[in-house]
Amino acid sequence: MADNGAPHIEVSQVTLGYGEYVVQRGLDFAVNKSDIFVVMGGNGCGKTTLMRALVGLQAPLEGTVRYGGADFWRAAEEERQQLKRRLGILFQGGALWSSLTLAENVSLPLHEYTSLSNAQIDEIVAFKLALVGLAGFDDFYPSELSGGMKKRAGLARAMALDPDILVIDEPSSGLDPLTARRLDELIVELRDSLGTTVVVVTHDLASILAIGDNSVYLDADTHTMIPTGHPQDALKNGDPKVRHFLTRGNSK
Amino acid sequence: MDDAWQLETRPAGTGELAIVLGGRWCMEETLPAPELVAAKLEGGVRKVCFDTAQLADWDTGLLSFLGSILKACEERGIAADTAGLPPGAQRLLAMALAVPEQTVPGRDNGAAGIFAQVGTATLEFVRGMPAMLAFLGEITQSLGRLATGRARFRSRDLWLEIEEVGPRALPIVSVISFLVGLILAYLGADQLKMVGAQIFIADLVAIGMVREVGALMTGVIIAGRTGAAFAAQLGTMQVNEEIDAFKTLGIHAVDFLVLPRILALMLMVPLLTLYSGFIGMLAGLMVAVTIFDIGVFEYYTETLRALTMTHILVGLSKGSAYGAMIAFAGCLRGMQCGRSAEAVGHAATSAVVTAILLITIVASVMTIVYYQLGI
Repeated sequence: MADNGAPHIEVSQVTLGYGEYVVQRGLDFAVNKSDIFVVMGGNGCGKTTLMRALVGLQAPLEGTVRYGGADFWRAAEEERQQLKRRLGILFQGGALWSSLTLAENVSLPLHEYTSLSNAQIDEIVAFKLALVGLAGFDDFYPSELSGGMKKRAGLARAMALDPDILVIDEPSSGLDPLTARRLDELIVELRDSLGTTVVVVTHDLASILAIGDNSVYLDADTHTMIPTGHPQDALKNGDPKVRHFLTRGNSK
Repeated sequence: MDDAWQLETRPAGTGELAIVLGGRWCMEETLPAPELVAAKLEGGVRKVCFDTAQLADWDTGLLSFLGSILKACEERGIAADTAGLPPGAQRLLAMALAVPEQTVPGRDNGAAGIFAQVGTATLEFVRGMPAMLAFLGEITQSLGRLATGRARFRSRDLWLEIEEVGPRALPIVSVISFLVGLILAYLGADQLKMVGAQIFIADLVAIGMVREVGALMTGVIIAGRTGAAFAAQLGTMQVNEEIDAFKTLGIHAVDFLVLPRILALMLMVPLLTLYSGFIGMLAGLMVAVTIFDIGVFEYYTETLRALTMTHILVGLSKGSAYGAMIAFAGCLRGMQCGRSAEAVGHAATSAVVTAILLITIVASVMTIVYYQLGI
């Protein structure tokens, strides 16, 4: 487990849910800087709900989410917008804006939040697209791309503003094993070279074991989390329930 | 010869019932009702076993039959020995019965009565009001940002929407306006013939089309054509998480997506209204000249005399108001869309219904107000 400096993201006593219905309660964890932090769990355990609470799409019912000490949900609107700008988010299906080309998708955040010249922005966009292996696809619309390409383009857009924190929802869903692995490698590479903190929400075992530095398991039955540490350790001698999950039910 | 199913029951030892199955037990055969066997489970039967030595072929038809029998046994506290069944059937039955039937809390399985349904629908409508007002507020803020030059959307989007809403709607607006003008002319001719004042067809068609019907027809056409399209487009973006992507970036989705659509409709619907009135008058002229022997010039001068600027402005004001209603309804339903394909369809339908409802309400209110003001 990498431990370099103060926790980058701190989730304390968070309860998630919709109205009366509680999905998860008592969520308590910290994500260190430059870690790849995995949130794992079965279908319907609240992984995506947790992600939506982390990125500002759905307020938790209780508890706090802190980014570098700043309380995200209780911050004034202006400050929350500032904090959001430090986040890059890759949604499950890529969520590229369908009326814009790839280049426009990646450049929109840059136009919006930087004062760079158009020429500079074009250069950055070309570089980011090349980084995810999509050089030359600048003028393609999202509907003309395969699922894997959409994901990679989504990653390029999430990386557009060089965020401190990348939040990724189900990176490997809908991808074949090799494409999924290349995306994993790309995520690790970005972390290694840019020091980005990455939060990955997933149930893909290969991905969890390959890239995770630290993790929590969201239990759909007890509606709370099990801290699991490094996924490889959890696989060897973690909580029986987590081992059960990480071995596709083959433990014991 | 083994085509049909065979079923018999015979006692086997004390309190034990053997169910003998033979032949083909497949779904396409008309299989017996499980109740036939269940009826025999009364009267001191403690145990059931199966004999399938003569069974030729089976599929889900056999499994569902056996499932019902096993359930009936369980209810009566009778032990069932499935050892006599084919091994595949044993395993599938074991799997199907492994997880007990779940009652999910908060899920109302019973059908609601008519009063409950009406009540729920009413409550939902009332609960929907704050969301409508909130959306109206967001649009107002967005228009405010537009006025102060802080709203961000791409002018290309606006032009694309304008083209889609305006010029591309011309054919359908032409056809419908022409036919409605024709109907108005015939209707007027028939009534005015009685007082020998058929020249007033021109007045009726001009004022009717320009002041009321042109705007109403355009409104209904655009509600079905564009309102539904807006809801479906925005709804699909909601499903694809595109709107979430805007929100997380701190870009106002309303500025970027809703504003160009609203502006396009508010610019184009009044123009289409004018156009619709013009086409309707052409239809009136044609009917008057060819069927009722009124001179072209006579009709023209009578139209000019009848059609004052007030009528044109009233028509334009209605067109603008209807355009705003369609844009509001279409974008509202699109942004409220759920996260499934079915929800997108629902959003499109709901957008048209809401738009036509709003148009009708606004039309009535404006007509009454204008009448009271003597306009």
